[in-house]
Amino acid sequence: MAQGQMAPGIVSGRLSSDELTSNFTDLHPPLAPHEAAVAADRCYFCYDAPCVTACPTDIDIPLFMRQIQAGQPQAAGRTILEQNILGGMCARVCPTETLCEEACVRETAEGKPVEIGRLQRFATDDVMTSATHPFERAAVTGKTVAVIGAGPAGLACAHRLAMLGHDVVIHETKPKPGGLNEYGIAAYKSTNDFAQAEVDWLLKIGGIAIETGSVLGETVSLDGLLENYDAVFLSIGLAGVNALRAQGAEKDGVRHAVDFISDVRQASDLAQLPVGRNVVVIGGGMTAVDAAIKSKLLGAEHVTIAYRRGRDAMGASRYEQDLAASHGVRIMTNVQPVEVHGNGTAAEIELEYTASQDGQLAGTGETTRLPADQVLKAIGQTLDGAPDGLTLDGNKIAVSEVGRTSMAGVWAGGDCASGGEDLTVTAVAEGRDAAMDIHATLVS
Amino acid sequence: MADLTTDFLGISSPNPYWLASAPPTDKEYNVRRAFEAGWGGVVWKTLGSEGPPVVNVNGPRYGAIYGADRRLLGLNNIELITDRPLEVNLEEMARVKADYPDRALIASIMVPCEEEAWKAILPRVEETGADGIELNFGCPHGMSERGMGAAVGQVPEYIEMVTRWCKKYYDRPVIVKLTPNITDVRKPAAAARNGGADAVSLINTINSITSVDLDTFSPEPSIDGKGSHGGYCGPAVKPIALSMVSEIARAEATHGLPISGIGGVTTWRDAAEFISLGCGNVQVCTAAMTYGFKIIDELTAGLSEWMDEKGYSNVSEVVGRAVPNVTDWQYLNLNYVAKAKIDQDQCIKCGRCYAACEDTSHQAISMSSDRVFEVKDEECVACNLCVDVCPVEGCISMVPMEAGEIDPRTGAEVQKEYANWTTHQNNPMAKAAE
Repeated sequence: MAQGQMAPGIVSGRLSSDELTSNFTDLHPPLAPHEAAVAADRCYFCYDAPCVTACPTDIDIPLFMRQIQAGQPQAAGRTILEQNILGGMCARVCPTETLCEEACVRETAEGKPVEIGRLQRFATDDVMTSATHPFERAAVTGKTVAVIGAGPAGLACAHRLAMLGHDVVIHETKPKPGGLNEYGIAAYKSTNDFAQAEVDWLLKIGGIAIETGSVLGETVSLDGLLENYDAVFLSIGLAGVNALRAQGAEKDGVRHAVDFISDVRQASDLAQLPVGRNVVVIGGGMTAVDAAIKSKLLGAEHVTIAYRRGRDAMGASRYEQDLAASHGVRIMTNVQPVEVHGNGTAAEIELEYTASQDGQLAGTGETTRLPADQVLKAIGQTLDGAPDGLTLDGNKIAVSEVGRTSMAGVWAGGDCASGGEDLTVTAVAEGRDAAMDIHATLVS
Repeated sequence: MADLTTDFLGISSPNPYWLASAPPTDKEYNVRRAFEAGWGGVVWKTLGSEGPPVVNVNGPRYGAIYGADRRLLGLNNIELITDRPLEVNLEEMARVKADYPDRALIASIMVPCEEEAWKAILPRVEETGADGIELNFGCPHGMSERGMGAAVGQVPEYIEMVTRWCKKYYDRPVIVKLTPNITDVRKPAAAARNGGADAVSLINTINSITSVDLDTFSPEPSIDGKGSHGGYCGPAVKPIALSMVSEIARAEATHGLPISGIGGVTTWRDAAEFISLGCGNVQVCTAAMTYGFKIIDELTAGLSEWMDEKGYSNVSEVVGRAVPNVTDWQYLNLNYVAKAKIDQDQCIKCGRCYAACEDTSHQAISMSSDRVFEVKDEECVACNLCVDVCPVEGCISMVPMEAGEIDPRTGAEVQKEYANWTTHQNNPMAKAAE
């Protein structure tokens, strides 16, 4: 029986523990003080800086760069965290290549932006590892707010409300807070259990309680919450997943990429985590890239991303695509799954080539087969479990710019709400801004 | 290839780069390394009188200021003259000169302001075969408190007197090194010339405190919690040195007096600038202390290449070429009108020109919502600040207006004729144009 990477089927222990440990270390290791000084020196302190405009949370990047230059990383960290309380996680997971760093004038000048993400991590790490929490609560107002979902939007909203003196209870369905920071997101971007450490640090503000195992529509209802709290903030994410329309999609070995990623994130021993020898990931977004890279890091021999449109249409940034390619992931574009073959268990996947005809994507009829003992579906998440009575915008909860839903007393933000990209940083901005509006409403 | 061989006061060296009298020239070992690396000459670290040598502090001797990426811009030092016995230095100098007859070797000297002291040391220096002497009238720290160094250099009468003694007891060239810690550098230079000096060298270091430790409140460099002003040098002092050199080069009393240029020479370009302002050669220290002796390769190759490009075959052809263009403000052409021009293809849209102009100057740059920055000719006074703060060299330039064009700022036609303040209508002291 072949061992390691050559072992057929979905098995664990393809790589040694040492190899796994090495594979799952920080993608971008933290900057040492000297590296940070050199990197921060490159900031030009632009007027009305394009990087700030590009940041969904409007972090004053030139200011924090200058604070690092001037030898005060703690002050730099506070500048970041005042705007984005999850600035530590965002420093790790933001697609900076399509946000601040893409806008950096040194990207224009030299094709090498200031390393804003890594410098943000340098500054926020410095604050978060110090003994005291940098923010103080205002006098308690006596107002209470229920936040549904302990993901980035919920946490950002809760922290801001608590800081303003309100008491917050976060209702979370999962055993641990953090949302996608904890259960999603590439493991190699958030190491050493950073997501939980960040939540623990954030809660030091005081005034926030978290109730895990609390499920909206089951253990609690929106009506009940509105009776017991002065306001409700919904940050329930996208709990549903799209179904794969291909024959044989029910076979063993076919599963949702988000579940696979969650397993990796929650694994206490990566050597015990099974992965296929031949993994095919269906999709073209960040989740597809994360799942593909994780499969490769776990020791899958061949990993292919199969995406139905062209490379330019992929949701994953060019940087993410290159990251996948550099890990040995093959990216096939203009192919769509038609059937998973195998006797009860996936063995092969049949893909049909696609082409654009009159603006419509259509199969060409020509197919190809790839060995596939594991098929991971990364074809998008959908809103699931939203309370009745809320106006929807497409398949998301409709909200105003400050997060107000169609229902009085109910705000929403994050991936479940309309507007903005589905990014951690966008969720933080929406949570923060909704908190400010809730505050304004509660004290008026 | 241009010939870099330099004749300065009859002293020949294969190139115009001498190491200044400073730590790099304190010992035979260092000087031999310098000559092996290719340096044209050295001014040996300043000698004192016979007897127990001076002592240096046993803590930090240098402080620094930095630019981006910790690039050293300025260095400050509180080291004194050589702290090794006179005999040892003289023996080493003689050996080195015998082994490197084609290189310049100059003895820097600082002894008390008494004729006997100079009379005693000069014959001994002469015996070493050194090509000349440099009188250290510039050291701003430690020695000046003992009535030497800058304490002499700040009193023109002393300079003249000591120079005269040296010319009396020494037959080879005498160079007087000047301190910049003085109001008008032309006065000590003239005094040196009156005393018979063959040349002046400048600038020596500038009184300075590089920084203050905000925990201990001690100036840096700090010795046991206390600091003292030291001598400032390096790239940051070059503009001061260039100005002082030019003053001596064009003053009536000192015009034509050979000058050895010192102060922040870091690249061949700096050297060419000093030479064009009237220096027969240059002396280098901080650049060597920062990067080591190997920089001489770039210094010589760069100067040679530039001379080839320009068609100069000998360094002497460059000496003083910029001096006629140094003038007083009142003679600058007020009819010269320029406007800033931003090359949109090179612009990286940082907006520093806008911030500088809008906040601190003439509100002459506009900014569009999509970050296009354009000069408003009707407001632009051509101050050059936008050029100076732009991170991209060559992106913003100052374009002169043609005669006959209308300056949109003043509404006046640009005049072809030269006109300066001395004849300007707003000048109460104006004289009628001749």
